[in-house]
Amino acid sequence: MALLQISEPGMSTAPHQHRLAVGIDLGTTNSLVATVRNGVPQCLQDEDGKLLLPSVVHYLPDGQIVVGRKAQATQATDPRNTIVSVKRFMGRGLKDVAHVETMPYDFVDAVGMVRLRTVQGVKSPVEVSAEILKDLRLRAERSLGGELTGAVITVPAYFDDAQRQATKDAARVAGLNVLRLLNEPTAAAIAYGLENASEGVYAVYDLGGGTFDISVLRLARGIFEVVATSGDAALGGDDFDHRLFCWILDNAGISLPSDRDSRRLLMKAREVKEHLSFDDSVPIRLSLDSGDEVDLVVTREVFVEITRPLVEKTLRPVKKALRDAGLSPEDVKGVVMVGGATRMPHVQKAVGEFFGQTPLTNLDPDTVVAIGAAMQANVLAGNRAADEEWLLLDVIPLSLGIETMGGLAEKIIPRNATIPTARAQDFTTFKDGQTAMSFHVVQGERELVADCRSLARFELRGIPPMVAGAARIRVTFQVDADGLLSVSARELTTGVEASIAVKPSYGLADDEVAGMLKSGFEHAQADMERRGLAEQQVEAARVIEATEKALVTDGNLLNDTERAALDSALGALRDAAAGNDVRAIKLQLEAFNRASNEFASRRMDKSIRSALAGHKIDELRI
Amino acid sequence: MIDLKQDYFALFGLVPAFSIDMEKLEQAYIDIQARVHPDRFAHLSDTEKRLSMQWATHANEAFRTLKGPLTRGHYLLELRGVDPGFDTNTAMSPDFLMEQMEWREALGEATDAADEDALDDLSRRLRQSTRALEAELARQLDDAGDLEGAADSVRRMKFLEKLQHEINDALTALES
Repeated sequence: MALLQISEPGMSTAPHQHRLAVGIDLGTTNSLVATVRNGVPQCLQDEDGKLLLPSVVHYLPDGQIVVGRKAQATQATDPRNTIVSVKRFMGRGLKDVAHVETMPYDFVDAVGMVRLRTVQGVKSPVEVSAEILKDLRLRAERSLGGELTGAVITVPAYFDDAQRQATKDAARVAGLNVLRLLNEPTAAAIAYGLENASEGVYAVYDLGGGTFDISVLRLARGIFEVVATSGDAALGGDDFDHRLFCWILDNAGISLPSDRDSRRLLMKAREVKEHLSFDDSVPIRLSLDSGDEVDLVVTREVFVEITRPLVEKTLRPVKKALRDAGLSPEDVKGVVMVGGATRMPHVQKAVGEFFGQTPLTNLDPDTVVAIGAAMQANVLAGNRAADEEWLLLDVIPLSLGIETMGGLAEKIIPRNATIPTARAQDFTTFKDGQTAMSFHVVQGERELVADCRSLARFELRGIPPMVAGAARIRVTFQVDADGLLSVSARELTTGVEASIAVKPSYGLADDEVAGMLKSGFEHAQADMERRGLAEQQVEAARVIEATEKALVTDGNLLNDTERAALDSALGALRDAAAGNDVRAIKLQLEAFNRASNEFASRRMDKSIRSALAGHKIDELRI
Repeated sequence: MIDLKQDYFALFGLVPAFSIDMEKLEQAYIDIQARVHPDRFAHLSDTEKRLSMQWATHANEAFRTLKGPLTRGHYLLELRGVDPGFDTNTAMSPDFLMEQMEWREALGEATDAADEDALDDLSRRLRQSTRALEAELARQLDDAGDLEGAADSVRRMKFLEKLQHEINDALTALES
């Protein structure tokens, strides 16, 4: 009799269980969605056969929301209600946004994150981004013929906690189950590394529409280890457009153009920039509303000259990342170019000169991030085949710390720490009898808190009165695999505890997201409930399936009593999942999670032991 | 049950010592991460996700500690019940204090003069000194069993590391 082959849980799934998972590159200028179909990663087209979705959202007076190319077409006629490059506002306050004065929006400065006043009311960048994500979700569901299990959303590696959290919120509002936030250069490295079977140290130079990242990775068979990352979350192709825009204003003698004229000139600048990658000179002709006539010719030399400072600005983070990695440019085996802005020949030339080698441009810089994200989504959804195993070890881009006396930032987790990670630090009271302590969580490299990004403030109360310096308050920072932080504080002698997910103080409060979720669905309540039920049922089915598999391989880790208890919890979950009561399924899921805790721990243990056992054998061989 | 509190060397199947086989450490780390990393559990239950995060966090912390010579030396001292006392014990030999002053002076001069080459040179010399200290620490911990001396070496390494950070910060400041 042939033996049945059973793989480890989560290691592979039969073809009929293929879960629909996508990778989404939520870009400043363009966004894409990709998936792995029949083992082949590919970007999905819209109904017109286009891959790139312009990241533009147009709010109309009648309540309609138009996304993409059609919205792009109206940006000159209705600039105030047509939001472009919204990624620049994610998790950002008004003072953090560059060139506000040339933007045609009606900004509302809100705590933590700026808002935009449109004809449909005040919109948060999270909501605007959610419209783009929703469009891509619908495209994927149409194309793949079913609801998605989950999505990997890419973010610039240099995004801080606020920007990451805002991105995750946007995905939730768009009805996506976020499997992981993945750093864009890392996604590109996956696509590149797996395609080219590369080994050694690689640098990924990612110049997008609005962000710049540099990541240094060590690639070995099946391992992608980010050694260091750096960048500039407010530097991208948009800035090159802006330089050209300013040059046109200067040379055409125009001052203070109207919003509409500004937008048209910016669009023209972008078009000219793209042509200059191929042509030595490009004419600029435009009749403005103001009656001004623009009739100029710009040469590549001029363009290179006016944007040289921007190119040089990208090389600073490159140097910093190499220094953090303890490497020199010669140690880098290949430089992968990512992002549409790396098409500019002078960018390629500068990078080539710095590293002393021709950068790699054999993968499409527009799609490589989405492709890598799709490959990772496929793995995370549990669709991986045994021969496609790889391990991704990523880092946090910016140090995390806490404010101490004198407005100084005490670093608790340094930048480039491999995630997930946790670190603790003990603090003490400053005054006799002090019973409360307030904490200010910050992110950044500077010594002064004022120069870092403020992430959250929280208080630990109920400290028993003691003399100054006697209390021991342990603050623990935990960063998860998405690069998101949660903080807890505990007084060690009494166990008084306070903890927060570092969120409410900047971006959106949970109820705000919930409100958006509700309003986001066209058929409001009924649709929400249907979707909620489907989600819980899928989750329950997933847990049941995984547990059944685990019991086949590792059932012997439980004694009869334990087995009976787990079986009964499993039965209760199965019964609940067969019904239509969302709350009942949720409760049973929670109960099951508690019941299966011990089993899961023992399995994890067994797995680690077998990893170590492999080494003992090696030792014997030597 | 594997204890999350077991010592880091045991976690990676290594004998506790300052001189360790780096390749073996890395391989053991990767083998463990390959089994516990959250990417392996993204589609499973919350219980498994939580366990996975705890384990992956633990493995990362253990690996970081053993990988760096300074953290490894410090950790070995802790295992042997010695606290190097970074904040309390500042007693150092006069020649090391002298050397410290010279380093600081050189750093100050190079920073004031915005001299990138001087900073690079300083960084190179600092790495040499650090390597010499590491060799000394290996002898003290692995051969001589000189915990007192080892604690002194770890304190010196801590100082050199801090200086290295300052040099890097100065270099970064020059570039922006």
